[in-house]
Amino acid sequence: MTVHDTKLSRRTLLKGGAGLVLGAYVARADKMFAQAAAKPQVNIAPNTFLIIKPDNTVTVLCKGIEFGQGPFTGMATLVAEELDADWAQMRADHAPSNPQLYKNLAFGMQGTGGSTAIANSYIQMRQVGAAARQMLVAAAADAWQVPASEITVENGVIKHASGHEGSFGQFAEKAMAMPVPTDPKLKDPSQFKLIGKEGAVKRLDSADKTNGKAFYTLDINEPDMLTVVVARSLKFGGKVASFDATAAKAVAGVVDVKQVSNGVAVYAKGFWPAKMGREALKITWDDSKAEKRGSAELLQQFRGLSKTAGKLVKAEGKFEESMAKGGRVIEVEYVFPYLAHAAMEPLNAYLKWDGDTAYARYGCQFPTPDHMAISKVLGLPIEKVKIDVVLAGGSFGRRAQQSTHQAIELAEVAKAIGPGKPVKLVWTREDDMRGGYYRPYAIHRMRGAVRDGKIEAWSDTIVSQSIMKGSFFESMMFKDGLDPTSYEGSNEIPYDVENFRCDMHQVDVGVPVLWWRSVGHTHTGYVVEAFVDELLEAAGKDPVEGRLALLSKKPRHAGVLKAVAELADWKNYKVPAGRARGVAVVESFNTFVAQVVELSMTDDGPKVHKVWCAVDCGVAVNPDIIRAQMEGGIGFGLGHILYAEQTLDAGAPVSGNFDTYRSLRINEMPEVEVVIVKSTEKPTGVGEPGVPPLGPAVANAMAKLGVGRPRQLPVVPGASA
Amino acid sequence: MKLFRTSMLALVAGGLAAGLLAFAEPGFQEADAAVSNPTKLQPVSVFAKIKNKNERAVALFTEAGKVIQSPRCMNCHPATDRPTQTDRMRPHIPLVVRGEGGMGAAGGLVCTTCHHENNFDAANVPGNPKWSLAPIEMAWQGKTLGQICTQIKDKERNGGKDMAALVKHMAEDELVGWGWHPGGNRTPAPGTQKQFGELIKAWADAGAACPKG
Amino acid sequence: MAAFTLKINGQARQVDVDPNTPLLWAIRDGVGLTGTKYGCGVAQCGACTVYVDGQTVRSCSMPVSAIGTSEITTIEGLDSKEAKAVQAAWVALDVPQCGYCQSGQVMSATALLSLNPKPTDDDIDLAMNGNICRCATYVRIRAAIHGAAKSLEG
Repeated sequence: MTVHDTKLSRRTLLKGGAGLVLGAYVARADKMFAQAAAKPQVNIAPNTFLIIKPDNTVTVLCKGIEFGQGPFTGMATLVAEELDADWAQMRADHAPSNPQLYKNLAFGMQGTGGSTAIANSYIQMRQVGAAARQMLVAAAADAWQVPASEITVENGVIKHASGHEGSFGQFAEKAMAMPVPTDPKLKDPSQFKLIGKEGAVKRLDSADKTNGKAFYTLDINEPDMLTVVVARSLKFGGKVASFDATAAKAVAGVVDVKQVSNGVAVYAKGFWPAKMGREALKITWDDSKAEKRGSAELLQQFRGLSKTAGKLVKAEGKFEESMAKGGRVIEVEYVFPYLAHAAMEPLNAYLKWDGDTAYARYGCQFPTPDHMAISKVLGLPIEKVKIDVVLAGGSFGRRAQQSTHQAIELAEVAKAIGPGKPVKLVWTREDDMRGGYYRPYAIHRMRGAVRDGKIEAWSDTIVSQSIMKGSFFESMMFKDGLDPTSYEGSNEIPYDVENFRCDMHQVDVGVPVLWWRSVGHTHTGYVVEAFVDELLEAAGKDPVEGRLALLSKKPRHAGVLKAVAELADWKNYKVPAGRARGVAVVESFNTFVAQVVELSMTDDGPKVHKVWCAVDCGVAVNPDIIRAQMEGGIGFGLGHILYAEQTLDAGAPVSGNFDTYRSLRINEMPEVEVVIVKSTEKPTGVGEPGVPPLGPAVANAMAKLGVGRPRQLPVVPGASA
Repeated sequence: MKLFRTSMLALVAGGLAAGLLAFAEPGFQEADAAVSNPTKLQPVSVFAKIKNKNERAVALFTEAGKVIQSPRCMNCHPATDRPTQTDRMRPHIPLVVRGEGGMGAAGGLVCTTCHHENNFDAANVPGNPKWSLAPIEMAWQGKTLGQICTQIKDKERNGGKDMAALVKHMAEDELVGWGWHPGGNRTPAPGTQKQFGELIKAWADAGAACPKG
Repeated sequence: MAAFTLKINGQARQVDVDPNTPLLWAIRDGVGLTGTKYGCGVAQCGACTVYVDGQTVRSCSMPVSAIGTSEITTIEGLDSKEAKAVQAAWVALDVPQCGYCQSGQVMSATALLSLNPKPTDDDIDLAMNGNICRCATYVRIRAAIHGAAKSLEG
């Protein structure tokens, strides 16, 4: 069965088809938002999470979106472990939007992000599996008239010593009518057969992602559907002053043109006529309120601010007094560009609105806020709107939109053309890359002092733009008026430094920004690890030994650092001539990652030959997916550190495609070796934490090679010029 | 570089954009004028006043050198196996190499994976039936105009062409001619292929002396 | 608009599109085969890779009007022994993450092995660097190509 088939099957079954599907959530959907407030407890009802079919397949409905990081396989692993299922019978699909049933327990709403998929589901999904097992056993006991305690379940087979034997499919309907156990007993980890076991499970989505069958939003093609592209101002904050659609409407295949709040929408039968229609539009933009500063002006402003004290985030000891005592005093500036996420599948979404109900279907990362946004724009009660989630071609944060800008635009383009006309809103690559929501521009000014071989003082003045300001996250997450995602990692460094301060200037810029794979750690990880390395160098210490000596209160940092040093044979390895190694260790999202990089320099910048990586993410649920995320995080981190920036020319983003926003390619990908540090801590995420250490490890290797740590990223500029 | 950026922005900013539509229509080559080359070629007649034959030849070739050393020509006469691209002559992305017959690595990315019979401005990809890299012995990048001149005359390094064949090649070859119709945001070679051919012919007629250095 | 008959995966399929429409969109929106993906539209990412008369082509880089009677093969029509070996190796190593680029990766890898049964790492770089994977599954792509080559040795 393909992922797509699962979706179709579910819909068919829910209509009352083949029986025992456990789709009670549909009935509940009407009341879901009311219940969200009234029922704070964790939902473990198997009939909301599992579809067990007569063919004995078990489909797990995944709360979070699958865009490569592996939650389909992860959730199925957790369920199958406690269900004692056979891995071959496991499937996965997306749960629909329903904040009560499918909320992320880390957020209180349905959504994927912050590398929380496994962390927030580890107990819950095991409980779902354990409850389902208990209910299946009860159903079998009742059918066979034997005590439930005498029934065993192994590899998907329910058995009794009397010779009775049955499958999950056989007992599912009866089982789901059983009361849901409130506190199903979970296995002791020593009993695990799947969780943490090498080779015990394979990704559920690999085959369909290898033969073209995997189904993404762009692949939606419903009868009478119109493809929509929107012309938006090239400058952020620009509005339509007037437009002439005569030529656009004359393009064969173009059906209509409508103004929406964000621009002008072209509706056509297919993507190409829509794009051609858009190119034929004549639009006069009102950019009077738009951001018009270029990157050079932002640099000047940010740099100026970085030389003054910002709002204090944290202080320990007496930083200025310590600096005044002299010794080896170092002050350096690091500049980080805007970065686009540039996921392989540009943004897109499908919506069918008939005037009374709406059905959206897309790679939706934040279903709850999107659900509310669509309801609001269309003036529908929340229960009249449904969202189904489909696979997305990557995200790296781009689809986690607290602004709900895409959902609003989707609903607006549907509303503008009127009910009964299904729309597929498509962003071109250029729309996606020039459309903002970038990793914020940031400057860090680092100051430190080394005396007698010891780091005595450390300060970090950050200038950046808030990601959460103005969104519903602001009231929940801001601390003292500051956005913690701008300074996370800089405010609490793992190293023992007596005199410390971190302060920040939170600057407003009219460029929309967003979390970008590992968020604040993309820049704070870089500066902390490059700076500690520079100070240790000044102190005459070995990068690994020097760090370990300062990690007295951070055993898990020390653990991964030791592990990677061992993996890379840091002490004894003879680095080939012309090459050098650098190291970095960063905690992000409660996961600890250390990396060693070996590189040489070429005409085209650093060539990274190999990366050794140690990760401690607590209990390792799917070791191979953890390795894959480290490999991918390393490549993602490397490509951006080396090559990527989105520059602004008088407020307009310059790079529109991969010809000028250079992406890492296979010839630039290093060999990667990963070790997973054994841990009994609760599992934490792996989607993002592979990224932050890579950049500073590269910088530190470059310093070792004598070319210095890059102070302004990317390392190899110019692709966007 | 400035020109490139300005034209890119203009394409999008200009209402996404009257200009682009023209590219998208059949006969898009007409849209070459979207990017023009401010450098002009002086006609052969201008050089007639140079009495010394060798000096005239050198002056003519130097004038023709405006074409030879334009990015449109240099990009596919690289010093290494890898072509360059854009007006900035940056290394070609993705990584491609000369391979068999200048057509790219067999089994790898051959030119025709992306470059076809014609420019396709809808994808910003240039094309020509003869699209390929010059052989390594015809490398121009990193060489002075004098060195290129000497090389062009050398049958060992010009594909065995005598002077008549060389003049014909410069004046009439369709891949050479692409340099004046590169499409997209690529700045065309200066002047026209006809003017260029006339300069090369006059240079040959004047004895084909090369600039020094 | 104009009618074109595309020979695609062994079948004749009619599409009615503007002659300048990139082959990619004729395949996706016209024929309705969606395994071939749109990633950049400017021949930079390789997600739209198909074969035209057996030759690897970025389907975004040529207009449908240039196809003529050429035979087009998409990911849905792949059935060579090299393709099967590549797909099996991809699954064995769990190469895909988001998966969106992988149709193109599989097309390019299959073409490579068809012409070069024992590619070196350098051969792989030259053949595969035109296919961007933003998830950076490159380590596994390389390993899977070597694995597929090995399995084809028999």
